[in-house]
Amino acid sequence: MLDQLLSEYFPILVFLGIAIGLCVVMILGSMIVARQKPDPEKLSAYECGFEAFDDARTRFDVRFYLVTLLFIIFDLEVAFLFPWAVSLGNIGLFGFWSMVIFLVILTIGFAYEWKKGALEWE
Amino acid sequence: MADFLAGLINAVWWQDYAAPLLAIVIYCLLITVPILLSVAYLTLAERKVIGWMQYRKGPNVVGPFGLLQPLADGLKLFLKETIIPSGSNRALFVIAPALTFILALIAWAVIPFGEGMVLADINVGILYLFAISSLGVYGIVIAGWASNSKYAFLGALRSAAQMVSYEVSMGLVIVTVLIFTNSLNLSDIVRYQQENMWFVIPLLPMFVVFYISILAETNRAPFDLPEAEAELVSGYNVEYSSMTFALFFLGEYANMILMSGMATTLFLGGWLPPFDIAPLNMIPGPIWFALKTALMLFGFLWVRATFPRYRYDQLMRLGWKVFLPFTLLCVFLYAGIAVYGGFLAG
Repeated sequence: MLDQLLSEYFPILVFLGIAIGLCVVMILGSMIVARQKPDPEKLSAYECGFEAFDDARTRFDVRFYLVTLLFIIFDLEVAFLFPWAVSLGNIGLFGFWSMVIFLVILTIGFAYEWKKGALEWE
Repeated sequence: MADFLAGLINAVWWQDYAAPLLAIVIYCLLITVPILLSVAYLTLAERKVIGWMQYRKGPNVVGPFGLLQPLADGLKLFLKETIIPSGSNRALFVIAPALTFILALIAWAVIPFGEGMVLADINVGILYLFAISSLGVYGIVIAGWASNSKYAFLGALRSAAQMVSYEVSMGLVIVTVLIFTNSLNLSDIVRYQQENMWFVIPLLPMFVVFYISILAETNRAPFDLPEAEAELVSGYNVEYSSMTFALFFLGEYANMILMSGMATTLFLGGWLPPFDIAPLNMIPGPIWFALKTALMLFGFLWVRATFPRYRYDQLMRLGWKVFLPFTLLCVFLYAGIAVYGGFLAG
């Protein structure tokens, strides 16, 4: 069992190693070959020719946060649907209607969000 | 010398460990090198195709028909100074583009290029692909955060929100495919299409949703708001230069090819010929796979040359208020058809 798992996933691990190696070679190679001549102006953050006014990590629109929260809910639901879809042949009508009830409950929540304006941008 | 070599080849460690490892490494390189070449020539194809569509020539100076242009571009980027802004988180700043590139590359491990031609034939292939493509958001968010630049930060926020919004409908589209295939293995999904028909026919609306979602997922026009050059300069990668920028660039284009390959595998029958008749089925599978993927990619370029950019509220409305309810309904409908129409394989 473990052997099979290992032989299936080991190539991915090797591939990961090769990809990482490639990145390191490319970045370091460029740093060594190209002339590096930093100065304070060059290294300051870009801001249309100004000196940077303040730190970039300020407050941002809460709706970005809201979108990611909604995403977590729906992505979990997708993760929940994957095994259901694969085994639908074995669980038949009972499985189908159970999921329909779950989806209806979820849709009620979704309709509530919609009505509350969580999906509005301007 | 020959004796020594024979002895080496017969040795146990060679047969059991080194030879399989070498085979894997060679296979990895057989995937990596063509992908990097495809990326290079996709950038040229993009400039050429858009050039022709706008009635100009596109790059034609470096080499015949501009064929050496991508190499020249790559070399130029390689020889530029790597700038790490003084206000940035240095380690994260360098990790972000590497992450984007690595993820775009290792996702290819499960894509079948032909019958049995897959690096890791894991039985949860589509789940792996979905997970790896979801992780792509991190590269962008980390880049935006680590740069400590306002444009990069705003671009990263937009990009992240956009990617997660369209990922949900992408996931639901994949579920409709899985209802019929009964397997998460990508080779099995293609074999199912061989026995029945390509999913693009019965699941045409799902294919359309999937295609538009992958445009948004890869931040391509008309959904290229994260790099809206007129207002955000170039979005999350504004502070990057040299190879760190090149890795972002390579990662993005490799992702486009990956998503096209995914659409090909799920909906266009992967390595299968369009008709199983004599001249067509003699052409090897990987060539069909490449042709279909190239067709999908041409769509990317065509769309970019044709459509104006979306507004951000329109983009979010399309994702959450159109695609999400529509795909949810379709999951329900297709599952109903499968259960009541007797299309289940289990």
